[in-house]
Amino acid sequence: MVVSTRMALDGAHAAAQAMRQINPDVMAAYPITPQTAIVQTFSQYVANGEVDTEFIPVESEHAAMSACVGAASAGGRVMTATAANGLALMWEVLYIAASSRLPIVMPVVNRALSAPLNIHCDHSDSMGARDAGWLQLYSETAQEVYDNIIQAVRIAEHPDLLLPVMVMQDGFITGHGVEGMEVAEDAVVKDFIGAYEPKYSLLDIDHPITFGAWDMYDYYFEHKRQQIDAMSKAMAVIADVGKEFGKTFGRSYGIFDQYAMDDAELAIIVLSSAAGTVRTTVRKLRNEGLKVGLLKLRVFRPFPAQELVAALNGVKAVAVMDRSASFGAMDSVGPVFLEVCAALFAAGATTKVVNYIYGLGGRDVFPDHIEQVASDLREIADTGKVKSLVNYLGLRE
Amino acid sequence: MPKQKATWKETNIAGMVFEPGCAAEYNTGTWRTERPVQDMAKCTHCLLCWVYCPDSAIIVKDGKWAGFDYYHCKGCGICADVCPVKVEAHEHTGKAGKVIQMVMEED
Repeated sequence: MVVSTRMALDGAHAAAQAMRQINPDVMAAYPITPQTAIVQTFSQYVANGEVDTEFIPVESEHAAMSACVGAASAGGRVMTATAANGLALMWEVLYIAASSRLPIVMPVVNRALSAPLNIHCDHSDSMGARDAGWLQLYSETAQEVYDNIIQAVRIAEHPDLLLPVMVMQDGFITGHGVEGMEVAEDAVVKDFIGAYEPKYSLLDIDHPITFGAWDMYDYYFEHKRQQIDAMSKAMAVIADVGKEFGKTFGRSYGIFDQYAMDDAELAIIVLSSAAGTVRTTVRKLRNEGLKVGLLKLRVFRPFPAQELVAALNGVKAVAVMDRSASFGAMDSVGPVFLEVCAALFAAGATTKVVNYIYGLGGRDVFPDHIEQVASDLREIADTGKVKSLVNYLGLRE
Repeated sequence: MPKQKATWKETNIAGMVFEPGCAAEYNTGTWRTERPVQDMAKCTHCLLCWVYCPDSAIIVKDGKWAGFDYYHCKGCGICADVCPVKVEAHEHTGKAGKVIQMVMEED
């Protein structure tokens, strides 16, 4: 087993620790609001000479991702970090990074998008970027943030993928919440991620390459199909890296995490930190005899449709909790709900599904809310009827 | 048989181009709707057309104008515009104007 040190860190510092150990060639970031403590802490490591990274302080998040695209095209191992409106400002370049097949790794601290102005947690930032071609891993705790970022390097750089990865954590709840966690020895992380040998590099002057060439209707479609193909291979890579990580670090990762799902008749699907609240409530309700389970999604892109359908087999009613709304979608439900519905429908499942939007702009979600969800689920399972497709937890009606 | 285009399984990842200078293979001549024509006998070989052509489509041999590279010429008409030599009756068009004149591609 690997030697590690138990430390008290918040999610932002856990991310910075992982980045220090990864020691990327280039880090381009916008250093002030809406930035988080990740970049501040990492830039301290740069100033102290603890990493070899070339730190590029840029004038905006659009420039940050653009600099990352340039550095990654030049064959560097490249990282940045962002949150909320910063991610939104990267929009155009997110697509360029993914479709240029550049394995950039970016921690994202999930925070609400303006307006009205708000800096607290919800998932509208990364959910808005869900079709940009990035892989998305969601983390419940500071430990998962650290572990996911280390794995993300291996996943992104896998020769079958060459796709960028976002690693999410909940703003303030995880980002600023101090937890006990294990930080492995630097050498172990270095060994696990290995040296980066880019397959294509602008600096490889013996093999001149044009990146970002004009790509018309006669080839663009084929390149999009290649991206779809890479995305279809990502699930297997994520699962393999999760297992291998477990062997080295003692904490294995799958596509999602199941709690009390074995004989569950009711299930709650949730991402990130709220999974803790749901787990605690499920444990209590289980003691009271309610057959309810938790399914915590770790991977949202690619969406694990088949795996999820298999895991929900035999479940009578499913509640999907969304920390963002897809404005104008069917009843303006959340994006996770839409994906779950699509997966179940395409598989011919008749499981009843209901959506709960919660926590927008950092609104707290309490065990009482989860008990209400479980109580609704029991009624849906008993009656076979979903009274309201989308419901709001903790909203003043 | 025209050359078959690569399938998505065959084509370079992300549209990367691995050969330097391969833009020369791209037949941009098909973009043309109008084509420049030259009155060779009256050309003074000042080569202003060669200086201004944005597609390097003026062929020069031994310091003299030698032809248009119609494989790459997009028919922008800059050569005809900058040509300083006037003619009364152009060898190809029969019209008064310059040594280089534009005609419709199908003519």
